[in-house]
Amino acid sequence: MSGSLKTPPPTGSGGSSAIPSDAKLPPTAVREEALEPRWTPLKVAIWVAIALLGGLSWTMLAIVRGETVNAIWFVFAAVCTYLIAYRFYSKLIERKLVQPDDTRATPAEYKADGKDYVPTDRRVLYGHHFAAIAGAGPLVGPVLAVQMGYLPGTIWIIIGVIFAGAVQDYLVLFFSMRRGGRSLGQMAREELGLIGGTAALIATLAIMVIIVAILALVVVNALGESPWGVFSVAMTIPIALFMGVYLRYIRPGRITEVSIIGFVLLMAAIIGGGMIAETDWGVALFSLDRVTIAIGIIVYGFIAAVLPVWLLLAPRDYLSTFMKIGTIVMLAVAIIVVRPEITVPAFSEFAGRSDGPIVSGSLFPFLFVTIACGALSGFHALIASGTTPKLVQKERQTRFIGYGGMLMESFVAIMALVAALSIDRGIYFAMNSSAAATGGTIEGAVAFVNGLGLAGVNLTGEMLSSMAANVGEESIVSRTGGAPTLAVGLAQIMQGVFGGAGMMAFWYHFAIMFEALFILTAVDAGTRVARFMLQDTVGNFLPRFKNTGWRVGAWICTAIMVLAWGAILIMGVTDPLGGINTLFPLFGIANQLLAAIALAVCMAIVAKRGLFRWLWIPAVPLAFAAVVTITASFLKIFSTVPAVGYWANHNAFRAALDAGETSFGAAQTREAMEAVVRNTFVQGTLSIVFVTLAIIVIATAIVATVKSYQSGGGASSEDPALPSEIYAPSGFVATPAEKELEAEWEALPADHKPTVRAH
Amino acid sequence: MPGMTATVRRAVRGVGWYVTALMGDTAYGNYVAHHRSTHGDEAPLTEREFWKERYREQDLTPGSRCC
Repeated sequence: MSGSLKTPPPTGSGGSSAIPSDAKLPPTAVREEALEPRWTPLKVAIWVAIALLGGLSWTMLAIVRGETVNAIWFVFAAVCTYLIAYRFYSKLIERKLVQPDDTRATPAEYKADGKDYVPTDRRVLYGHHFAAIAGAGPLVGPVLAVQMGYLPGTIWIIIGVIFAGAVQDYLVLFFSMRRGGRSLGQMAREELGLIGGTAALIATLAIMVIIVAILALVVVNALGESPWGVFSVAMTIPIALFMGVYLRYIRPGRITEVSIIGFVLLMAAIIGGGMIAETDWGVALFSLDRVTIAIGIIVYGFIAAVLPVWLLLAPRDYLSTFMKIGTIVMLAVAIIVVRPEITVPAFSEFAGRSDGPIVSGSLFPFLFVTIACGALSGFHALIASGTTPKLVQKERQTRFIGYGGMLMESFVAIMALVAALSIDRGIYFAMNSSAAATGGTIEGAVAFVNGLGLAGVNLTGEMLSSMAANVGEESIVSRTGGAPTLAVGLAQIMQGVFGGAGMMAFWYHFAIMFEALFILTAVDAGTRVARFMLQDTVGNFLPRFKNTGWRVGAWICTAIMVLAWGAILIMGVTDPLGGINTLFPLFGIANQLLAAIALAVCMAIVAKRGLFRWLWIPAVPLAFAAVVTITASFLKIFSTVPAVGYWANHNAFRAALDAGETSFGAAQTREAMEAVVRNTFVQGTLSIVFVTLAIIVIATAIVATVKSYQSGGGASSEDPALPSEIYAPSGFVATPAEKELEAEWEALPADHKPTVRAH
Repeated sequence: MPGMTATVRRAVRGVGWYVTALMGDTAYGNYVAHHRSTHGDEAPLTEREFWKERYREQDLTPGSRCC
């Protein structure tokens, strides 16, 4: 067996190494020559067909650009490009950079404990990993980026995932797996030293806070003045509590069963919400303004984060996983069935300008921070190091799970983009321009949107009021944050398959519910993780805080984290300039700075392995993410255009206040002006903190890489290699050689089979 | 068509296996299998005890969910 394996690289520390296995067992890895199945004429023909279809789709999108373009070309362009990238680019990364070794046991095998470390079937783990990485992010960013036309967003989502997002997820997953499932923070500390590691830790904590705040802001904006939405989303809490009690006291472990019950109750809550929203008392009780909802979410966030996991977090997580996979499959089918015609231009009027009403700033760099999740999301590095690597059965499976999982999230982003593109452009701008621009009224929105001078846009008040009536809302003007727009798009597509126009209101609220469910799960899981990190940090000075079982310490740290994101949330909700439009760039910048940190750690590890020829694989996306986020941060800090620069805006409002003016720009009162001064100060300060931390981390990574280059590599921080005693195929479908080997293992007498056994 | 029903039955069983494994119904079974192979002489936790213990551990070491 050992003769067929690759020879170790010069340093001997990083690459594959042949491990003698138990002679009584069949081989634990497929022979190397069988790894690359031969090219048959049929296979060549299939790949040529995929390439031609992909090429045709890109031609339709990028070159032909007729009056309208059919949504099906987005699906084909994305899927064909993903397939080619997965088959060829991720394979190159596997062979040259990652060099997995299936004779080597994974942590799931050598640390097997039946709970956290369990060798899990690759297809199941793919679903697990996908459910953990995909949330509301890929659903929101692409919607906002539609402002610039369809092509910039489409290109970035598809090309970005191939060369950046999926590469990051794959590498972090593999490197963490080789280190027993160590977290990104721990790896940063090992590879970058104390300064880089500490900066990475603080950055992660700050990023977590800002991400939770902005996700919560999306929910608040979707639920404001919407009695139907408030009722049905509020009902998720008693439903989750019921599920928790059911699992604890009635039928422990029957998770699928309780999830189906929960799903039925959820549908009942959506339908019930529609009935209640038609009664006077329902409207009186559940029409809440945004500040009230924000306070509700802050209180909820604290309670949810200190309640035991079994009561609220775990059951809602089951429900959210169930809904996530179901809805995404449903939306994909619906887009293929309905195939909406899209009238949005490839590049809109705002693609070349920096005064867009939704995303302010020029296409470069702001497109790349508006769409973070779906193309490149640093947050995934926290999932890919931690839970998933402890469950991987065989090293070769990391390509399917890490790279493949991220491709699926990118596809979700493409579908969100299509849903937003299928809406009339006038309605799109009326929904997403801030209330400061539209005045929150139909007349104001019509005047504002028609005044933008957009080709082919002729918005009427009737269009807005009939759409609002169709989706069962009082108004759809200035429903910013992306979620309501996506919900309208989804409702429009779904009613083409199920139920017709009469069902639009149901589908709209289904979509709002679905996003709120993810976000609330992310809010309370994020609060818990942030609390945990804070406890760990404070524990360095006050050792008692390290004990996570100590209630008082946990409560204090939870309260601090909730207040931190709660303050930013309230700031966004009350912001006279519109909140989400000013805060969303911070979300994207934060997420991609985390990606830059993760890629920097990967680059340092690749350099230590001595693989300098292939260093560009993490270095190119790192350079891109660094340039984008640092440029965007600098513009946010130094730009003299008030719509773009936080400090420019800060100074303009402060000067107006000093001059004794009583209204300035969108702010109609002195209090509003003071709020802008305060908010821009916080936003500007956060920008400075983020960019400083990121520069420190990237600089320490470059230093570590150069050091490794000078010495030709470095000592590996991997766990020692142990022989594997199990076998499982690597991709979604097993190859003939893999099937043969699987059958050999299957044929082993039961008492010879190794103790750690997968499905 | 007996071949057809067998295929359908296999497909249904496959979907059932996938969904329950994905949602986590199989966690207790995994634990029992592991327990039997490592400390075969001790009795494993009951399903109720197992889940209680599992959620308690999750309380102490929170995992992150993505945006």
